[in-house]
Amino acid sequence: MAYSDKVIDHYEHPRNVGALDKDDGTVGTGLVGAPACGDVMKLQIKVSAEGIIEDAKFKTFGCGSAIASSSLVTEWVKGKTLDEAASIKNTDIAQELALPPVKIHCSVLAEDAIKAAIADYKKKSGKDEAAE
Amino acid sequence: MTALGSKPCKPCPTLTRPAGAPVYLDYQATTPCDPRVVEAMLPWFTEKFGNPHSRNHRYGWEAEEAVEQAREQIAAIIGADPKEIIFTSGATESNNLALKGVAHFYKEKKNHIVTVVTEHKCVLDTCRYLEQEGFSVTYLPVKTDGLIDMAELEAAITDQTAIVSVMAVNNEIGVIQPIAEIGALCHKKGAFFHTDCAQAVGKIPLDVNAMNIDLMSISAHKLYGPKGIGALYVRRRPRVRLVPLITGGGQERGMRSGTLATPLCVGFGEACAIAKAEMGAEAERLKDLRNRLLGGLRQRLPEIYVNGDLDNRIPGNLNISFAFVEGEGLMMGVKDLAVSSGSACTSASLEPSYVLRALGVDVEMAHTSLRFGLGRFTTSDDIDFAIDHIVEAVEHLRAMSPLWDMHLEGVDIKSIEWAEH
Repeated sequence: MAYSDKVIDHYEHPRNVGALDKDDGTVGTGLVGAPACGDVMKLQIKVSAEGIIEDAKFKTFGCGSAIASSSLVTEWVKGKTLDEAASIKNTDIAQELALPPVKIHCSVLAEDAIKAAIADYKKKSGKDEAAE
Repeated sequence: MTALGSKPCKPCPTLTRPAGAPVYLDYQATTPCDPRVVEAMLPWFTEKFGNPHSRNHRYGWEAEEAVEQAREQIAAIIGADPKEIIFTSGATESNNLALKGVAHFYKEKKNHIVTVVTEHKCVLDTCRYLEQEGFSVTYLPVKTDGLIDMAELEAAITDQTAIVSVMAVNNEIGVIQPIAEIGALCHKKGAFFHTDCAQAVGKIPLDVNAMNIDLMSISAHKLYGPKGIGALYVRRRPRVRLVPLITGGGQERGMRSGTLATPLCVGFGEACAIAKAEMGAEAERLKDLRNRLLGGLRQRLPEIYVNGDLDNRIPGNLNISFAFVEGEGLMMGVKDLAVSSGSACTSASLEPSYVLRALGVDVEMAHTSLRFGLGRFTTSDDIDFAIDHIVEAVEHLRAMSPLWDMHLEGVDIKSIEWAEH
């Protein structure tokens, strides 16, 4: 199976690989997927007092498409508000990376990772609406 | 035509790789045709094109003679009589013919088949098919080293067992089953013994009589012969009878009708003759290369695990799990190597290799495996290149693996409740 040029670019030159301090109150961490399924994504966001995502980091265990999907979303969420980031759809990711049908689950996982990171941030910062 | 065995093999040629092509380390998937094999085949496409079954003219006679010489060469590498070699299209057809042929012929007397969970899909799927027809099949498990437990096999064989089918060498992990012991047991219990030797012929010594083998499947393209041809060895004394899958002109003693492909038969025969002459030295050479590969990787990478028994294994196979790195991602990283992954992420299913799972390899570890197949044209330069390339890719991927971080922090990945997706 041939990968798209964008997938190869993200795989070979992943953006924003790394970790933020998960105990920092301004950092939200999303850990999604499972080793048994062959994909685990960890996405972290650092949110400013104004509610803007000012930094994002990822680590991913998975195939090239999974790595590319998570690398791409770290680029996309930076500079966005939480609501804007939460509105990123897996179909946008799949389209940008030209993922084949068997790799759509990688983009779904990346969308889940954003949502999980936002939820974690809201929970930690007391902005979790469900908890109010 | 020269008599069998009078012609020494030419020295092993080298194959040059086209510029930019990956280093081929997938010899269990297929092998290139040896140039000596191609050379032997060529005249049989053009000037010597006759139908080997034509009895009325020279074209037919010379083709028949060539086919019969090939049959002798194939028989010789497994210690069989040439009359016991039935040409087929490949090992998949041979496995189908052996299992369906025996099951159907003896169905009034016996209705049970014994096989193993790590067999090739063409054996397992044929057994499923026979189950649907009403046969009963026992699928034996394997131990963590990939080998069957002889006591379990003995317990599984009953007076209703028509045939026991156990592969000699596994295609994914290269482990060698105790074929002689299995043959002796089947002989004692009165069941026919079939063995899929697609990965074994030309790699390890085989003797159908010493090993009590009744039926053996062989593939030409796994031993530097052409694709599209294989054989089924069918014992004559005591006779094994089969219902054919393909009927027609009654060629191949009625067991497989259809005009033989003379060039393919000749190439297959030549491939067997070369393999027989070079097997001993080649096995030593490949073992050194494999040890070089494994040693080089172990020296530079922690947390790598060999799948399957390392001692009872053909020298040209290595199957390794690189913990915390997903196999398909790793394959993308080693793009200058042609290898296979035990991760099935490329297929629609997310299930990793059923062979590794049968050994008890954890699903997550099965996802991290690569199969390296070494062969006749693999050089030590190829191996050194592979080591550097793999180490670089694994380090690149571990640096971005959340599981590797957890491992370094001492977190047991099994202790985490993962959301299965």
